Amino acid sequence: MINYNRMIFELSNPGRIGYSLPKQRFTDYNVEALDKKYLRNAELLLPEVSELDCLRHFTNISNKNFGVENGFYPLGSCTMKYNPKINEEMAANKAFRSLHPLQPASTVQGALEVYYQLQEYLSTISGLHEFSLNPYAGAHGELVGLMIIKAYHEERKDFKRKKIIIPDSAHGTNPASTVVCGMDVVEIKSNSLGRVDLESLKAVLNDEVSGMMLTNPNTLGIFENDICEITKLIHEAGGLMYYDGANLNALLGKVRPGDMGFDVMHINLHKTFSTPHGGGGPGSGPVGVTEELAKYLPNPRVKKIDDYYFIENSGEALGQISSYFGNYLVALRAYAYIRTLGKENLKLVGPYATLNANYISNALKTAYDLPIPGYCMHEVVFNGLTNKDTDVRTLDIAKRLLDFGMHAPTIYFPLLFPQSIMIEPTETESKETIDDFINVMHKIAIEAKEDPDKLKQAPTKTPIRRTDEVFAAKMMIFSYKDYLEYIQNRG
Amino acid sequence: MFKYFPHTKADIDSMLETLNVTSIDELFKDIPQSVIFNSDYDVPSFMSESELRNHFAELGKKNQELTLFSGLGIYDHYQPAVIDAITSRQEFMTSYTPYQPEISQGTLQYIFEYQSMIQTLTGMEVSNASMYDGSTATAEACFMACAVTKRNKILISSTLNPNTANVIKTYLKYKDLVWDFIDEKSGVIDLEDLKTKLDKDVAGVVVQKTNLYGIIEGYDGFSELIKENKSLFIINADISTLGVLKSPKEDGADIACGDCQSLGMPPAFGGPTLGYLASEKTHVRKMPGRICGYTHDLEGKRAFVLTLQAREQHIRRSKANSNICSNQSLMALFVTVYLTLMGKNGLKEVNNLSYQGAHYLYDQLLKTKKFRDPFNQPFLKEFTLETMIPKETIQTAFLENGILGGISLDIYGEKYQGLINFSVTEKRTKAEIDKLLEIVEGLS
Repeated sequence: MINYNRMIFELSNPGRIGYSLPKQRFTDYNVEALDKKYLRNAELLLPEVSELDCLRHFTNISNKNFGVENGFYPLGSCTMKYNPKINEEMAANKAFRSLHPLQPASTVQGALEVYYQLQEYLSTISGLHEFSLNPYAGAHGELVGLMIIKAYHEERKDFKRKKIIIPDSAHGTNPASTVVCGMDVVEIKSNSLGRVDLESLKAVLNDEVSGMMLTNPNTLGIFENDICEITKLIHEAGGLMYYDGANLNALLGKVRPGDMGFDVMHINLHKTFSTPHGGGGPGSGPVGVTEELAKYLPNPRVKKIDDYYFIENSGEALGQISSYFGNYLVALRAYAYIRTLGKENLKLVGPYATLNANYISNALKTAYDLPIPGYCMHEVVFNGLTNKDTDVRTLDIAKRLLDFGMHAPTIYFPLLFPQSIMIEPTETESKETIDDFINVMHKIAIEAKEDPDKLKQAPTKTPIRRTDEVFAAKMMIFSYKDYLEYIQNRG
Repeated sequence: MFKYFPHTKADIDSMLETLNVTSIDELFKDIPQSVIFNSDYDVPSFMSESELRNHFAELGKKNQELTLFSGLGIYDHYQPAVIDAITSRQEFMTSYTPYQPEISQGTLQYIFEYQSMIQTLTGMEVSNASMYDGSTATAEACFMACAVTKRNKILISSTLNPNTANVIKTYLKYKDLVWDFIDEKSGVIDLEDLKTKLDKDVAGVVVQKTNLYGIIEGYDGFSELIKENKSLFIINADISTLGVLKSPKEDGADIACGDCQSLGMPPAFGGPTLGYLASEKTHVRKMPGRICGYTHDLEGKRAFVLTLQAREQHIRRSKANSNICSNQSLMALFVTVYLTLMGKNGLKEVNNLSYQGAHYLYDQLLKTKKFRDPFNQPFLKEFTLETMIPKETIQTAFLENGILGGISLDIYGEKYQGLINFSVTEKRTKAEIDKLLEIVEGLS
């Protein structure tokens, strides 16, 4: 059914229904009795289909998607590891999913225990003192972390500290979060080895520096081995260090951000702690801080006295950044993951992820241009093919991979190289899967030389071929209503 | 060995040999010894699958499942079984943001369908692909208003849910933007007070419908006034109610936003839900988050892609309108499947059934003479009364009978002293409502 091409609205047949609701019980009342000025006149363009129509439609479109269980998913910086089924079963438990967030603490002790214990586990794993699980996603965590940094300086009446130093290799969310938090970005260049250039860093340090955001390992998959010097310099300048936890997976079992001198961090539970990416969320971006900064963590907080868990709203907190407790059920899945692995297996995550990435790096470095020599951590970045005498680009390589039943790596990021290919295998991939990927990548490198058109045409075995993005941006068809108007105008 | 790690000893040895090293530790040689973590995490030992199940069963026993007569943004509506069946498909659940459209048409198509449904419910021209929740969506709507008008002040209705207002305040404060509150009168936003506070700094005016008290606010005259001041009118609306209530477009909104929890999502202790955000196309380039558009592939086949990405952080970095990246995509699938099943008739029926139950409960509660209505305003499924008996007495009695209801609004501050909020969805049976009434009868 890969050729299925209907929109749900096109299945609609007036009068058909897909719901079963209770009988009317209080017929003395009717919503139509409301004053007409409150009632909608506008027609609703919603489908009318049976339950089976609905299931078939979504099953058919799901078959045009590629999930982690379809095949290898080496998207760099995204940590597409296996999302365990048992976590889903735990999150489906009615005893948790039916809870209202305004229930008294005495009636949600189990839910609060999960929340509180996860905070504690994240603390010991990261080496930071205290966490809040309220931020909804990584970028949300960044924003909250930066708010904490800003609140810290402002409480000290140090209002001129508005500059956040960010390396040019950073994720786009770092500078965007900084600006949303009302601070200014100071970008510094990486050195020839892809790391923070200490001289460039020193050159921008002054009493206006609020802090520095750093991913370590950085987006090239390389450990910032001057990290102690970097944190020392920032601290001496009066700034705070922010750890972007996007690449935390590499460090599990090896290094804790707190021990490197970071003051504030976020963790992407949907990367390191195996919760599903959901096609772009819901994620979860808990924020952790040092003891000194803990008072700024956002409300509401979950605390514990003896064996009783309770909810606290503090006047010293930076405020509220979510309606309730963030993406609670996502946090619950991460809790299940940590309990399943236990301390014995958690510490193997980073080493296995790193072994897999280095194995790929080593196997592909003849055919693909490895700009930074040496060992990588959990991911490796190539700059296109070694053979630069072809007009085959990274995009073509990525698209060709789809024909082999593999997801493409992250491409054109980091921005340091024109043809970046960023590969992150994660620890849940076997040697056989990785060997298959390596073979395919070599095959593609040969095709690039012998039959480049094949790559330019790729993909050909996917549900659709390359798309016309200019048309989408120009026509701005964002809804079925727009679509109907477009069809009508087209005649 | 461990079930999520496929590495056998032979695999590891062979891989290390290829790398010409003798241990995995050698790969970490760049890391200064001073930061290497040499001890164990303070995490319990691993659990087998059955141990984990037992553990969660024990944890679950420490929670009390209650019959919910509570709302305030999280409602206990019916969730058709089909939703879980579809949303748990790994093709949807485990995939990444659809950056490779050739193998992401499933996600892209449901996002397009979701946007279409938000479009029709709100009446606005364009919806994005989702925000985190209703409160952050409203805060982003405020940013959007500031970006469109190049002004720096937001007027917030006092009848907003304080959770939403608090989130807006936090966002505005850290971006060095300012706000003021518009007074309420008889439980609804006071138009006269709005008139006095609209000035040339005002970028946007935020109102909520149904409001904190459950009241259906009317916005006659608002849009004209706000447009005349060149500000934007932002309506936060409980999306489910738009099946019967005037759409934000009909109310004259420039931006519509709010939470979609009421469309097929469990209460889930508050999350994940989904925030929606919709506006007119003139403002689309200031809109945060992902937007999916219709197009075709090179063979002319129908296709969907993420579009207008030049607005977003991964392209524009510090120039982006918002820092949002991952949002709540899978929850948009909940909404799409829910609305597919309900259709326009089902959504009306849900609202009517909820309306009927809520009005029955309201009338009966007033008859007990233990409550009075301080507002006398129209409502749909949620209402607020003033209690004549101590709130603790009510709540204790309810809890003893497994009911969460009658939330005391004083959790949001002193000014709400004595105000008790009730919410009734189509799930509440006559027996459940009568039981609640019986408990109230017995109180003194």
